[in-house]
Amino acid sequence: MANAHNSHGHDEANHGSVKSYAIGFILSVILTVIPFGLVMYPTLPKDMTLLIIVAFAVIQIVVHLYYFLHLDSSKAARSNVTSFLFTGLVIALLVGLSLWIMFSIHTSMMAK
Amino acid sequence: MTVFGFWLYLMTDCILFASIFATYAVLSGNFAGGPSGHDIFELNYVLVETALLLFSSITFGFAMLQMYKGNKGGVLAWLAITWLLGAGFIGMEVNEFHLLISEGFGPSRSGFLSGFFALVGTHGLHVTAGLIWMAIMMYQINKDGITNTHKTRMSCLSLFWHFLDVVWICVFTVVYLMGVL
Repeated sequence: MANAHNSHGHDEANHGSVKSYAIGFILSVILTVIPFGLVMYPTLPKDMTLLIIVAFAVIQIVVHLYYFLHLDSSKAARSNVTSFLFTGLVIALLVGLSLWIMFSIHTSMMAK
Repeated sequence: MTVFGFWLYLMTDCILFASIFATYAVLSGNFAGGPSGHDIFELNYVLVETALLLFSSITFGFAMLQMYKGNKGGVLAWLAITWLLGAGFIGMEVNEFHLLISEGFGPSRSGFLSGFFALVGTHGLHVTAGLIWMAIMMYQINKDGITNTHKTRMSCLSLFWHFLDVVWICVFTVVYLMGVL
């Protein structure tokens, strides 16, 4: 915190505007209300609903990253984007492999 | 540089949450004769919690815009609104936990409930930490005005706050919506 002035090295960093926050907010509302509605008032088959709520969550995460956390293709955001993508890889391995192992164990144990 | 360092901390926090999500996913079917998500989750209630957090994201954004304009009063006003929305969210979550525990559905009831309390509780603790941080920022900005140090701290808090909203998207989708589905 002592060398706070360093953080102003890249002035081209995107700070957003009222308009960009409003767009992000409206998109988020839509992407939240639809999956809640589909689960609270079931109209579609279960697996279809599951697919839609997961897809909407992924889209909403991207909306938040772009409009609220200002992750974009600008030069200022490059190191943030790179570290985020690397973290995404770690998370995919961590969650994916854990679930794979645990559910394989579960299935093998049930088979006995 | 400071803000990028904080970003790297958030990336490690992502991995913490990913671990707890994986734990929850593994435990989520172990009801041990206790209630399932379908029995205990109230989606109307969760929708209001989600709305509070989403509103608090945009109001924090407005606080940041006022900060770049150098408008101290505007920053303090938007921060106060954000704080109240965040406090409302935590109040609702504490109430939900209290009701579940008083009905005998505490974290020790089943693997599913252990995973639920660990995951949602960790997110709630983060939001509480954010509220304490925000209260300190309001005090400091009120006292010193908008200095460069405070701008850096606000940039970090902004990332933290928006990051918690992103985690909440995963929570309401994986825990509540999939739990009720």
